[in-house]
Amino acid sequence: MTTGADTTPAPPEVEAPPTRVGRAQALVQGRWRAAGIVIPFLILFVVLTIASSSFATKANLLNILDQQSATLIIAAAGTLVLVSGGIDLSVGSIYGLSGVVAAELAIHNWPAGLAILVGVLVGFAAGLINGVVATYFRISALIATLAMSFVLAGIGSLITQGNLLNLFTHQSFSQLTRTSIFTVNSSIWLMAVAVIALGLFLAATTTGRYMYAAGGNPEAARIAGVRVNVVRVVSFMLSGGAAGLAGVIDASRVLSAQSQDNSSLTFTVLAGIVVGGTSILGGEGAVWRTVVGILFIALIGNGYDLLGLNPLYEQITLGVLMILAVGLDAWSRGRRA
Amino acid sequence: MARVGSVAPSRRVFVELREIDKHFGGVRALDAVSISVEEGTVHAVIGENGAGKSTLGKIIAGALQPDAGEILLDGELVSFRSPREALSSGIAAIAQELLVVPRLSVAENVFLGAEPRRGGWVRRGALRRRFEALAGEAGFALPPDRPAGLLRTAEQQQIEILRALARDARLIVMDEPSAALSEPDTVRLHEIIRSLTHAGKSVLLVSHFLREVLELADTVTVLRDGKLVHTKPTSQETEDTLIRAMLGRPLDAAFPPKSAPRAGAPVVLSVRDLSAPGVVDASLEVREGEIVGLAGLVGAGRSELARAIFGADRRQKGEVELADGDLASAAPLVSLRHGLAMIPESRKDQGLLPGRSVLDNVTISRLDQFSRFGIVNRRAERAAASRVLDRVAVKGGDYGAPVSALSGGNQQKVLFARMLLCGPRVLIADEPTRGVDVGAKRAIYDLLVGLAGEGMGVLLISSEVEEILGLAQRVLVMSRGRIVSELRGEEMTESAILAAAFSERTAGARVP
Repeated sequence: MTTGADTTPAPPEVEAPPTRVGRAQALVQGRWRAAGIVIPFLILFVVLTIASSSFATKANLLNILDQQSATLIIAAAGTLVLVSGGIDLSVGSIYGLSGVVAAELAIHNWPAGLAILVGVLVGFAAGLINGVVATYFRISALIATLAMSFVLAGIGSLITQGNLLNLFTHQSFSQLTRTSIFTVNSSIWLMAVAVIALGLFLAATTTGRYMYAAGGNPEAARIAGVRVNVVRVVSFMLSGGAAGLAGVIDASRVLSAQSQDNSSLTFTVLAGIVVGGTSILGGEGAVWRTVVGILFIALIGNGYDLLGLNPLYEQITLGVLMILAVGLDAWSRGRRA
Repeated sequence: MARVGSVAPSRRVFVELREIDKHFGGVRALDAVSISVEEGTVHAVIGENGAGKSTLGKIIAGALQPDAGEILLDGELVSFRSPREALSSGIAAIAQELLVVPRLSVAENVFLGAEPRRGGWVRRGALRRRFEALAGEAGFALPPDRPAGLLRTAEQQQIEILRALARDARLIVMDEPSAALSEPDTVRLHEIIRSLTHAGKSVLLVSHFLREVLELADTVTVLRDGKLVHTKPTSQETEDTLIRAMLGRPLDAAFPPKSAPRAGAPVVLSVRDLSAPGVVDASLEVREGEIVGLAGLVGAGRSELARAIFGADRRQKGEVELADGDLASAAPLVSLRHGLAMIPESRKDQGLLPGRSVLDNVTISRLDQFSRFGIVNRRAERAAASRVLDRVAVKGGDYGAPVSALSGGNQQKVLFARMLLCGPRVLIADEPTRGVDVGAKRAIYDLLVGLAGEGMGVLLISSEVEEILGLAQRVLVMSRGRIVSELRGEEMTESAILAAAFSERTAGARVP
C-alpha cells in the first residue's frame, strides 16, 4: 500500500486521541532518539580510553578539537542550512577561497586582522549568492551550490595561479589561532564561540524557529506568514560566512593557503551533520547533534592513529558506522510513526 | 431507498474476521472486533475518526497485520502478510489516496504488475485487448492510452477498480471512495458499486458519509474507540441511529443557532474584480460579524479565490481591501499583519508543521509578539499559546508533543488557535471540518459562530452544502472560476446552490 520510495512509512490511519500511555511512550522514544548518536559516541570514547593510554589526555583531546575546529564551525552552520530545507555543497570551495584571499592580502602586507576580516566577508558574500540563486532563481540548492563550488575554486586558482601561498614570513597571521588563552589555543575558543552562537541562533531565535518551519513544510510556513526565501538565504549566508571563517582559521593554523575544491571537507561536514541525526530532508535537527556527529567521526580517525591500526581500513569503518548510525535513527523514526 | 438484493438472509460469507486486536504503540486501534462480509453485498464500516475503521479495512486487505484474532476466507483460516497476498486470495483495496503511476497509460496502470508478457517484454497488443474487454464489461469509458496522471480523480478511481477486477478480486475494500469526488462522479461511483455487487462481488465500504452508507450498504458495522458497537442490516438504521451509535450519545443539534447579521455593520473585506489562476473577475464583500458561505463544485475555483485574497497565490488583477486599507502587495505575511487570516484547505500540506510541537505550530505566525531582539521568550510564548488553545478547547496540557500525534479535529483546532493569536478581523476558513469527526465538527461550528458573534467577518468555504446552509448568513456560489450567484435568506436552499454550482452563467446572474 505504501510506495517503497517513501522515506517515512505512512502512519497508520488510527488518528487515535493521544492517550496518556501513547504520549508517555512517544516521550520515551523521543528521548531515546534524542540520545541517538550520543550513545555510540560515548561507547567509542570509553573503548578508546581503555585501549589507549594516550587517548584521554588533555593534549590529545585538545589536539582533536584544534584539528576539527574548522570542520565544526562549517558543520554547525551547515546544520542550519539542512534544517531550513537546503544543502550547501560549496563550503569546501568557500573555505579554500577565503583562506586564499586572506593569505594573499596578508602577503601584500595588509594588517592580519583586516585580511582575516575580508576573508570571512568573502564567505558571507558567496553564501548570499548561493542563497539567492537557490531560492529566488528557483535552482535546486544541490545544483546551485555544486555549480558555485566550481566557480569559487576556479576564482581561488586564478588568485594563487595554482601555487601554495606561504605565510611563514607573516607570523602575525598566526595569532588568530595560535594565541593561548587559559592554556587553550584561540582556534578552539573561536570554534566554541561560533558553534555556541549558531546553536543558540537555531534554538532560541525567531529566525531559528522559522528555519525549522521552512524546512519542515515550506508551503505551510509561507501561509503562516514565514518569509521562507529570506530565511533560507540567511541560512546560506551563515553557512558561507562560517566556511569563510573556517578557511581563515586553517590558513592561520598552518600559515599557508592553497586553492582547492576541498570536496572531502564538504562531505565530511555533511556526514557529521547526518550522523548527528539532523534530517537531510529538512525541518529537524540541532547544532549540538552535529557537534557530536563530527567528533564521532574524528574519534574514529584518532583511534586509528593511536592504536596504530592499518589506516586503509579507516574509511571502511567510517562508512559502515555511518550506515549503522543513520539506519538506527531511521529505524527508530519508523517505530515512532 | 431501493436496495439491490437487500437482506437475503442466507448469503454465503466470503470473509470473516474473528476477535481482531490491533495496537499502535500504546493505542488500541481495534479491540476484539469480529465482522463477516457476505458475497454480493456492500458492507459499510462507519465510526468517528480514530474509531478504527480504516485499520480494519487495511487488515482485511493485508496492509496491516492483526496482533491477535483470526481471518477466515470461505471458512478457511488465512493470514496475509502483504496486500499482494490478499490480492492473490481475491481481496483488493482502493485507498483514500489513489495509487496510479501518473506517467504510465491507463491500460498500463490497470495491468501494473500483471502485464501480459513474453520473456520479460510486455505484449502491448494483448494488453490493449484485455483492457478493452475488461473496461467494456465494467461499462467504463476510459481512454486506454492517455497518461493516468492527466485523468480526473474519479477516472483514476475507476482505474483502480479495473485493476481490482483484472485480478479477479471478489472483495474490494474502498476507503472513503467518494471523499474527493464531485456530486455527479459520486452518483456514478454508486452505480459502479451496485453493478459490482450484481456481479457477485463484495464491497467493504469505509465511509464518513451516512447518506451514502444508508443508500448503498446492505449491512452496516459501527465502530467506536476500536470496539464493535453493532452490525445490523442497513434497513434497520437511520442517520440518527447511526450517529447515536457512533458517538455513544445522541448528537445535539448539528449547528449552533444562527445570529442575524447586524444591520449596517461595516464592510471588513472587500474584493473587486479579482482574477488569478482559476479565478475570473471575482467581487465580494464580507461585513463585520457576518459568515459568508462560498459554495461550488470541487474545482470551481473556491480555494483559488481564497488563496488569491489571502495572498498565497499571485493575483493577475483586481483589488483586495480590508477595513484598514488596501492590500496591494499580496503576501501571507502582509495579510496577517493587516488582520486577514486563512485556515488553508489542506491541514497536512498547507497548515501544519508536522515534526514540530503543538506549541511551535500555534505560535509560528506571531513569534514577534513574545520575542525581544529576535530571541523567543518561552514563558510568554507558552502563556499566549495556552490562552488561545483553551479558547479552541484543545484538551491535554502537553504542548510539547508533536502536533502529528493529535487527532484530526484537534489538529484543526491548533490551526484555529494559530489564527486567533494573530487577532484577525477577517477569517477565510477553507474546508475547516474536512476529515474531522462528528464531535469536533460541532466544536468548530461553535467556534466559527462565536468568532462572528465577536465581530469577526468569516468567509467559509465548504463542499458540504449542509454546512454552508447551517452556518452562513449569505451564500456565494462559484462555477468555473466565477462567482455566479449570491443567495440570501429564503433563497438559500440546497437545490438553489446546486443549480447555481452547475450553471455556467456569468457573474451577477441570479439563479431563481
